[in-house]
Amino acid sequence: MERDGLIRAMKSILGPEGVISEREQLRSYECDGLMNYRVIPELVVLPETAEQVQRIVRTCYEEGIPFVARGSGTGLSGGALPVEAGILIVMSRMRKILEVDIPNQRVVVEPGVINMWVSEEVAEDGYYYAPDPASQIVSSIGGNLAENSGGVHCLKYGFTTNHVMGAEVVLPDGSMVNIGGGKAPDAPGYELLGAFVGSEGTLGIATKITLRIVRKPEAVRTLLAAFKDTEEAGGAVSGIIGAGIVPAAIEMMDALCIEAVETAVHPGFPQVGAILIVELDGPAAEVENQFEQTLGICEENDASEIRVAEDDAERALFWKGRKAAFAAMGRISNDYYVQDSVVPRTELGKVLKKISDLGEEYGMRVANVFHAGDGNLHPLVLYDNNVPGEAEKAEKLAGDIVFTCLEHGGSLTGEHGIGEDKKKYMPKMFTTDDLNVMQLLRCAFDPHQICNPGKIFPTPRLCGERPGPFRMHPVQKAGLAENL
Amino acid sequence: MDTRKKNISLEDLQRIVGEDHAREATPEDAIDGVQPSFVAEPGSVEETSELLRFAADEGLAVCPRGGGTKSSLGNPPRELDLVLSTARMVDVIEHVPGDQVVRVQAGIKLQDLQERLAGSDQMLGIDPPETRSGATVGGVVAANSSGPRRHRYGTIRDLIIGITVVLSDGTVAKAGGKVVKNVAGYDLSKLFTGSLGTLGVIAECNFRLHPRPEAARTVAVELESTQAAGEAAQVILHAQLVPSAVEVHWSDSSKLLTLLIEGIPPGVEAQSDTASYLLRGFGEVRTLTDEELGALGPSGAGEEVAIKISAPPAELTGVLDSVLGACSRRGVAPRVTGHAGIGVTFLALSGADDEAYAQIVEELREIWSRRGGSVVVREAPPAFKERVEAWGPLGSRLELTRRVKEKFDPRGIMNPGRFAGGI
Repeated sequence: MERDGLIRAMKSILGPEGVISEREQLRSYECDGLMNYRVIPELVVLPETAEQVQRIVRTCYEEGIPFVARGSGTGLSGGALPVEAGILIVMSRMRKILEVDIPNQRVVVEPGVINMWVSEEVAEDGYYYAPDPASQIVSSIGGNLAENSGGVHCLKYGFTTNHVMGAEVVLPDGSMVNIGGGKAPDAPGYELLGAFVGSEGTLGIATKITLRIVRKPEAVRTLLAAFKDTEEAGGAVSGIIGAGIVPAAIEMMDALCIEAVETAVHPGFPQVGAILIVELDGPAAEVENQFEQTLGICEENDASEIRVAEDDAERALFWKGRKAAFAAMGRISNDYYVQDSVVPRTELGKVLKKISDLGEEYGMRVANVFHAGDGNLHPLVLYDNNVPGEAEKAEKLAGDIVFTCLEHGGSLTGEHGIGEDKKKYMPKMFTTDDLNVMQLLRCAFDPHQICNPGKIFPTPRLCGERPGPFRMHPVQKAGLAENL
Repeated sequence: MDTRKKNISLEDLQRIVGEDHAREATPEDAIDGVQPSFVAEPGSVEETSELLRFAADEGLAVCPRGGGTKSSLGNPPRELDLVLSTARMVDVIEHVPGDQVVRVQAGIKLQDLQERLAGSDQMLGIDPPETRSGATVGGVVAANSSGPRRHRYGTIRDLIIGITVVLSDGTVAKAGGKVVKNVAGYDLSKLFTGSLGTLGVIAECNFRLHPRPEAARTVAVELESTQAAGEAAQVILHAQLVPSAVEVHWSDSSKLLTLLIEGIPPGVEAQSDTASYLLRGFGEVRTLTDEELGALGPSGAGEEVAIKISAPPAELTGVLDSVLGACSRRGVAPRVTGHAGIGVTFLALSGADDEAYAQIVEELREIWSRRGGSVVVREAPPAFKERVEAWGPLGSRLELTRRVKEKFDPRGIMNPGRFAGGI
């Protein structure tokens, strides 16, 4: 179908105001939160109903036109990067909260609903929506679902995948299915919902999502502890986990990060080598007891200062400092590269040391802010784009950091996703067979590979093919890697 | 007796897994009355791969088996040649207590794993009743088994963080990893959860762990009506308590809502007091002794048909009423237990004929599928399963479900016939 025909077809589905075709306007959709990849889409469409989404997708299927769904565009791995000659389906006009069902602890939303709105909607009933990515004031539930978003509190409460209970999905052939039980648990058949959440928009488009909401805890206690360096702070983290305490959050920031945050939002954090923010929540008697224990563990690990949030305002100040960390880097560096990788918690010390060594080797500064409880690192590589070659060097350093994490038994990404950004690294974590088998799922959902094509997998496989007979991966055979 | 089936012999299997690890099947290996020809026990992922490749080449229908505790789940097999037992794959591959993660071979018994983890004051947060009868970890994942503690810890799909599977063509693939937070690649661990061996053999699993609670107490309230059951469950659900389990027990001899409260001793004490206060308006509240708890246990003797109803949790009264109505009209006295905060209710029937049981299942399925739930036959004699399909309708998911099966097991040799949607 030529361009004019496609525009006409889309306008007949959406009306003229639902289709963007002017090049200058299309340019505002050329990237998501990861700005070093840019592609201008052929068209942007803005559906308002599931039925419109279905008609758009069916047209794409019949005409062989690739499409990409986009929520609020805050993703950090290029998952919503448009494809050339493809349609970008922007879901932000589907933003109704359809149903609040307190007796069943469920909220049903359209995909464009902003994460924070869900918690606001049920706050008066004493509930909230637990997954809290740093982007939660702008990111959409549909985008969270696609990326399986985490957040600072997922150590205790789990990720998006543990809170999405059902979804109405438009499949890449334009058919519509309901997956997951929604309000009732344990729908018979395959766990398609678990496979769909976190599939980075490559298996279809969710048009209605049923979320689980969580009762607000009776008590919340938060402390901020200052340490000489990240190693001492790491000792406190191990102590807390080892004591059988499951905190709602444990976050760590290093000296460079503390400095940047202070310059940006002035939270008055102690200017030390590392700080920890630890939050406990739950039934009051348990929280009080374990909070005392946590204070003791911080002291035993030579905390130079411990501040306890006396009220919600002070707690909010702690979190403001933490959540400002990425943006604050702009105060101490022209540019920065955000990395997201994971290591087993017990490897944190060794990996942080290696990151620091790598920084010295490259002659670049690396700031660290991370979810210490689950080993999810966010190293921020600082550079200056005005210096030729620095951007490339920063990306290379960020890549070396990821490989270090893999060598220590970790993962390429804890919450930002693979998307466009990290697909080239996938063979470092998975064998060809691993990736081929994952793509069997892709082929079941999207046989023509028109749904967000080119993401996640470095070498997309045609769906007609079958993986060959079993051969041990050469790396594995040589004893250089083992099956996880 | 001629043991050759489809032109294969015991020796073919023994060449792959070793002489001592393949044998001819006995009636005890039968599933719903369908007896396989052979049982083979591969000792490694590589042997599993070779065995499956052989089976695929010869067109053998394969049933993967862990502890065999869920052999009655699902429809009778369409065909069955080879039982692939994971009984030799029982190692803990890695357990780093500081990471609260464990990697195991799929054939390890859940009970053995829990005992081992207890040494580090940790546990896998799942407690299916089949634990005591020898369920394996791989079997628990494949059957998506769960128990009362799912109220707090979720089901196995919430705890599994990595998996190694062997597909029917011998391909070995892994997904996930050994860190709790990980979004690299598709989450095949979840896809294989509950797939009942129809997509491939689960060879290894990685799980996140939880600290073992120091103390526990079960608070129970006597219920006078199904109305009270529903209301009491709602009161608990919306309170700021964090119980590990909220169970309903309903039979002629006992009608209770029980709360399992776990944690540190002062926390258990305080939460039990709050729970007692909240529940006292519904009936007599007391702490149950271990003996009383044992008597409430999930597996009753002599039941012929076991059914699971899934419904929105706030419909507890409606579920109980529908069950009691459907049973009493047919003169059946059911024993009912359930995860009251989750919306899962189990129904054990005995003392009547298949006709009555079938009518009960059909009536309940009609009611609860219309309201977004499902009714699954978990255990029944083969003759009964001939009359009533075990899983119920898949609705709009049917075609996609079949496409997934077709991609992972194009020859359809993995556990044919037993799963939902005729898979």
